[in-house]
Amino acid sequence: MAAGNEVSPTYYIQHHLQNLTFGKHPENGWSLAHSAEEAREMGFWAIHLDTMGWSIAMGLLFIWVFRKAGKMATTGVPSGLQNAVEMVVEFIENLTRATFHGRNPVIAPLALTLFVWILLMNTLKIIPVDYFPELFIRLGVDYMKIVPTTDPNATLGMALGVFCLIIYYSIKVKGAGGFAKELSLTPFNHWALIPFNLVLEIIGLLVKPLGLGLRLFGNMFAGEVIFILIALLPFWAIWLLDVPWAIFHILVVTLQAFIFTTLSVVYLSAAHEHH
Amino acid sequence: MNINMTLIGQTIAFAIFVWFCIKYVWPPISSALHERQKKIADGLDAASRASRDLELAQEQAAQTLRESKEQASQILDQANKRSAQIVEEAREQARAEGERLIAGARAEIDQEIQRAKDELRAQVSHLAVAGAERVLENSVDEKAHRKLLDELAAEL
Repeated sequence: MAAGNEVSPTYYIQHHLQNLTFGKHPENGWSLAHSAEEAREMGFWAIHLDTMGWSIAMGLLFIWVFRKAGKMATTGVPSGLQNAVEMVVEFIENLTRATFHGRNPVIAPLALTLFVWILLMNTLKIIPVDYFPELFIRLGVDYMKIVPTTDPNATLGMALGVFCLIIYYSIKVKGAGGFAKELSLTPFNHWALIPFNLVLEIIGLLVKPLGLGLRLFGNMFAGEVIFILIALLPFWAIWLLDVPWAIFHILVVTLQAFIFTTLSVVYLSAAHEHH
Repeated sequence: MNINMTLIGQTIAFAIFVWFCIKYVWPPISSALHERQKKIADGLDAASRASRDLELAQEQAAQTLRESKEQASQILDQANKRSAQIVEEAREQARAEGERLIAGARAEIDQEIQRAKDELRAQVSHLAVAGAERVLENSVDEKAHRKLLDELAAEL
């Protein structure tokens, strides 16, 4: 809160929770939003540059590190990096084997991507909340929210990806008819109850990605808000609360990545099963 | 916290990362992992096999050692027996040879004695004739008394 002495806590919090938005403003045309109102007025046709930038950066970091480890992978004695990477891969492999019943070569790499990517994005949260916003203000950029998973667009975007796969595999494995039958004839196998079943099942289906995305978002966002609130304390008192919260978040960060991954695998496993 | 295009962007990014992971990240690591697992399993297998082989070889070596020891002692026994036999044979031969020599010598001695007796006999008959001539002071017709003399000599 270096330059924050003259701003109100409300403004400080709002500022830190505002994404850097680029979009089509009704009056200004395609431009960066300079306030939360402007960003809101842009509606759907806008993009959070910080969320996209940081998430892609983390994704590339994941790809780069794991690709490097994959390239120099030997069957002999593994090096340090390879060892670490293999540990993660093995962990995901076991997770997939335990929760996914069936054969699909896509699931394990998908789970690996989800887990490591979300873990990396979540980990950005450990960086003190003021560093990047302050730095980018110095560079003339108004907003910079570096943790992509505190943006519902990011978490719901990934959940949407998983949802598409659920639909795809449901249809691929059971056929369009089978999938429709599953939606309309469960849980009550009677023709008169088809509409009821349909409503129930479609809600159940839609809740999956929504819950997936909102769970991650909620946890990360709440944590972020607490970090920002802690940052509002006098500078000599910040560490008292910040350190325990950060340590606690090492757990939350990993746990949330794990939950997102596991649930995705479970949902995809369910999509492969006949009822 | 507005829902906007970021949602779509994130989905696309996600799809690309997953695709890349499936294509280029997962296979080499996974295959290396499994290959190493197999290698380690093979190694452990080989190690246990080798230790079993070693045990077998040790047993065999002990067996061979035992057999050869037995054989050696057998050979030694045989040799001992043979040498005793040879000594015995030699002794036997020596005794036989000695006896033969003794017998030969005895025969020779007997012969000698016989010859000496014969000679003595002849000489005695001469002596007797001479003695008798001297006693009778006349010659005895040797031819007439030859028979008598021979009888005398045979009696000696």
